[in-house]
Amino acid sequence: MKIRAIALNTFKEATRNKIYYLLIFFGVFFVLSSKLVTLLTLGDKVKVLKDLGLASINFFSVLIAIFTGIDLVYKEIEKKTIYNILSKPVSRSCFIIGKFFGLALTLFVALISMVIIFFLFMLLFSGEFDVRILVYFILLYFELLIITSISLLFSSFSTPILSSVFTISLYLIGHVIWTFNEFKDKIVNPIIKTISYILYYILPNLEKFNIKNSIVVNSDLDSSMILGSICYAIFYISALLILTILIFNKREFK
Amino acid sequence: MKAIEIMGLKKTFTSNFMLKKYNVLKDINISVEKGEIYGFLGPNGAGKTTTIKCMLGLISFDSGESFICGKNSRSLEERKKIGFLPEHPYFYDYLTAKELLCFSGMLFSIPVKKVKNKAKDLLKLVGLEGKEDLKLKKFSKGMIQRLGFAQALINDPEIVILDEPFSGVDPIGRKELRDLIISLKNSGKTVFFSSHILQDMEMIVDTVGIILEGEIIKQGKLSDLISHSVQYYEVVFKDVDESLLKSNNIGFKLKDNNYITKLKDFEKLNYIIEFIIMNHGKIVSVIPIKMSLEDIFLKEIKG
Repeated sequence: MKIRAIALNTFKEATRNKIYYLLIFFGVFFVLSSKLVTLLTLGDKVKVLKDLGLASINFFSVLIAIFTGIDLVYKEIEKKTIYNILSKPVSRSCFIIGKFFGLALTLFVALISMVIIFFLFMLLFSGEFDVRILVYFILLYFELLIITSISLLFSSFSTPILSSVFTISLYLIGHVIWTFNEFKDKIVNPIIKTISYILYYILPNLEKFNIKNSIVVNSDLDSSMILGSICYAIFYISALLILTILIFNKREFK
Repeated sequence: MKAIEIMGLKKTFTSNFMLKKYNVLKDINISVEKGEIYGFLGPNGAGKTTTIKCMLGLISFDSGESFICGKNSRSLEERKKIGFLPEHPYFYDYLTAKELLCFSGMLFSIPVKKVKNKAKDLLKLVGLEGKEDLKLKKFSKGMIQRLGFAQALINDPEIVILDEPFSGVDPIGRKELRDLIISLKNSGKTVFFSSHILQDMEMIVDTVGIILEGEIIKQGKLSDLISHSVQYYEVVFKDVDESLLKSNNIGFKLKDNNYITKLKDFEKLNYIIEFIIMNHGKIVSVIPIKMSLEDIFLKEIKG
């Protein structure tokens, strides 16, 4: 009940914030404006439409994941509303888990709003409903949950600006870390090799959730890879939440 | 069993740079009986809020113990017995008063239906009836303070801890808050509140603890602290021959045709009263001028 109360309150806070709607609006706006780009395009217009639509939703939902996660936890501490929660019989782990589920719900609603518009738009423009795009969005949602867990971790001990920098950095690294896989085996120096291995396994591999190319070029999806990615996300999020709780338990609210 | 017992509480803060250590709480010992109003008095920065935060588990402490009804005050189980109003409370301004109380109640795992009814009663108690559906961003500071009181009572706590409940509240609001604190005591609750506003404290507390630079420098029943501190007696009288007063070495001041004399000695007071009556004078008033809490506080602070 306590986790539910914190989660619902987090959701209320996020959805009563104008920035949240602004980002959703821009997401939808860019999806719709991709139609304009197709006017200037030669060749497969549906492909361009899909490509731009998915990229827009991806970009704006990632922004929501980063900034809502950081903003909401920071505000609780800065405005001291957290005193009102933690002075009650609420453990710090309960607070963090409640926040996470609240953010997960916030992201779900934001994503689903953009996805519905996207599908309607695609249906209207191309007359096709590609179920595989739904898989893309499911994987994107798990990626967003990882990003919001990262922002939750950083905002549990750092300032909003630093948390944003750290989270954005990890997001970018997360999309290129797969290149380490081949690179790390070619390293000769054992120390650097060990460090490369550690980094490869510790840093989030967000490319696991990117199936945009397969969707756009209409190639088949690998179901075992998809399941593996979801398991990876659940494991990674759990590890991040445990780490956040451990740090948050030590935090002093001066 | 004591309602609140703090023993040997010590807390050090370390500055971010230089790693310099500051002893914020040096050795705090507090004992609060069940059903009493305990006033925790001290200037700004003395360590009042830090003590409360240590008690509630918002910050850690270096050594010492803190108990609520004989058990660790920081445990989740004991926190069910506490209602807390933080200093300068800030609540989610996107919520309505009712939503905030429901949220607070849910954090105590109180069923939603029950908490809704309770919220209505509490808003009435703190004088916010009819404001249930008003967003907190439209609340004045005094209204927020009252709402803070209401949320502190949502779990029907045995012990109510209030951090600077009077700060920023106008005189009428303060009077209402004082009445509310007294009504809590009358309903059997223990109230522990910190303040630097002496007048409010003097009017309602049973026991007072004065904290200065992280140390409790005086603690005891207010009645004991004040009754032992009659500074002098002020006798106002008239219709006595001035030359008689002078010849008997009685010092006085003349104000509005009344003589005023100040006596430190109780024996001499009896002598003066008899003297005035025997000389056909009239006594206007005899007032024992006691040490106020403010006098005690200032005396302790200035050493």
